[in-house]
Amino acid sequence: MQAEKILFIIFAVVALASALNILLQRSPLYGALSLIGTLLALSALYMTLRAQFIAAVQIVVYAGAIMVLFIFVIMLLNVPKDQPQIEKQKGLRYLAIPFAGLLIAEMFFVLRPIRLNTLPPISSGNAEQAVGTTWSIGTALFTDYLLPFEVTSVLILMAVVGAMVLARREGD
Amino acid sequence: MANLLLEWVIKTIVILFILVTAVAYVTLMERKVMSWIQMRVGPNRVGPWGLLQPLADGLKMIFKEDIVPTQASRWLYILAPALSLIPALMTFIVIPYGSEVNLFGYRVELHVTRMNVGLLYILALTSVGVYGIVLAGWSSNNKYSLMGGLRSSAQMISYELALGLSIVSVLLYTGSLDLVEIVEKQSGITGWNIFRFPLMIVFVIFYIASLAETNRTPFDLPEADSELVAGYHTEYSSMSFVMFQMAEYLNLITAASISTTLFFGGWNGPFVERLPLLGPVYFTIKVLVLIFIAMWIRYTVPRFRYDQLMRFGWKFLLPASIVNIIITSTVILLLR
Repeated sequence: MQAEKILFIIFAVVALASALNILLQRSPLYGALSLIGTLLALSALYMTLRAQFIAAVQIVVYAGAIMVLFIFVIMLLNVPKDQPQIEKQKGLRYLAIPFAGLLIAEMFFVLRPIRLNTLPPISSGNAEQAVGTTWSIGTALFTDYLLPFEVTSVLILMAVVGAMVLARREGD
Repeated sequence: MANLLLEWVIKTIVILFILVTAVAYVTLMERKVMSWIQMRVGPNRVGPWGLLQPLADGLKMIFKEDIVPTQASRWLYILAPALSLIPALMTFIVIPYGSEVNLFGYRVELHVTRMNVGLLYILALTSVGVYGIVLAGWSSNNKYSLMGGLRSSAQMISYELALGLSIVSVLLYTGSLDLVEIVEKQSGITGWNIFRFPLMIVFVIFYIASLAETNRTPFDLPEADSELVAGYHTEYSSMSFVMFQMAEYLNLITAASISTTLFFGGWNGPFVERLPLLGPVYFTIKVLVLIFIAMWIRYTVPRFRYDQLMRFGWKFLLPASIVNIIITSTVILLLR
């Protein structure tokens, strides 16, 4: 248990520090890199929660595919450093306070029912079926959540077709 | 618990040592194979048959000056080689090299660790490995490096899809992401995945995609010498250059090891049940043969043009691997 606690503290600090760095960073590339740092630390946290499948997919999908595209675009367009235009956003600034309050309230509402539980120990019998493994997620996706799963894939297909239509040049 | 931890540490150190040596000698193998194919002699001055050449190369590179270009983003420039080397080294902890053996009175399993998402872990590491190359290209502040980095990221994204989808067919047969279990299910010479019906075609797709993932010819556009000087590592010198080279050869070894594990029965072979120590030997032989084929391809086939590369990846390999998933699942359903 002690080792898990130490790992949690290390990766939580890394995740929070790099998340903070995304906000403080003016250069878009360093911001994107910090986001990757957050994603990797989160994946390590999932690992300490024994959600191995989610941890691996987090890296494959977010850090490995989506963020590579982000960085690709930032490098290709050579986006300049962000120049804050505070003058234009004077009214919006004060709107941020109630919204932040709302978000924090929402967070407390979501986190309230969660108690500080420790994970049940893995016995060799249910290791395959434990929450967070490939087996349990696959079974849940193709039985209980079959309809949402299929609807999501249709949604993604629509997005792909839409992107193709938008990106296609006239005369091709 | 402490015993288990000690076992892990020892195994990791041993594998690290073997890998670093293997990388050094794969470079020698590359030069020897190249010279045979081009009807030359190859390195033969340092030691018998050029066997000490990697040592001489290493010593030479250590004493070179490590240059950081003036306009480079310094931290990323220094970090990039490590970012490409570390994921390449990390993959090897899930690959099984043999079954259980008795060593000095202990029963030792010949793999560092087993995860029930082992294959996904490897895919995750290969997809993270691209950052080293991309950031090297960006931070060098050199147009050739940047072009190399951009090409590399585009190529990796394109071919990763075909790679992942071709693995799905294997998973349909084995029903597990755990590499140890995948190997155990291929016992006996006819049990190898390569001898199952659609999987031989899948292997071809997988092999082509893994060549592209490791940036080997005909997919070596990120470092196309004739257009980009040396691509993403144009500005690098000394040990940071060596780290890129090591990562490249490690990726080659990884690709061969994963092919062996997924398609060629891993450490399986004749008499391996009675003599478990034969396991690592079979594994090494298979990996070496696959590495040799990659080198053979490198010195036979010319480089793709960039648009050909993209068209081949998206319009041929990706649909082919999707069709293969359908065929594989049909075959499995019919056999049941």
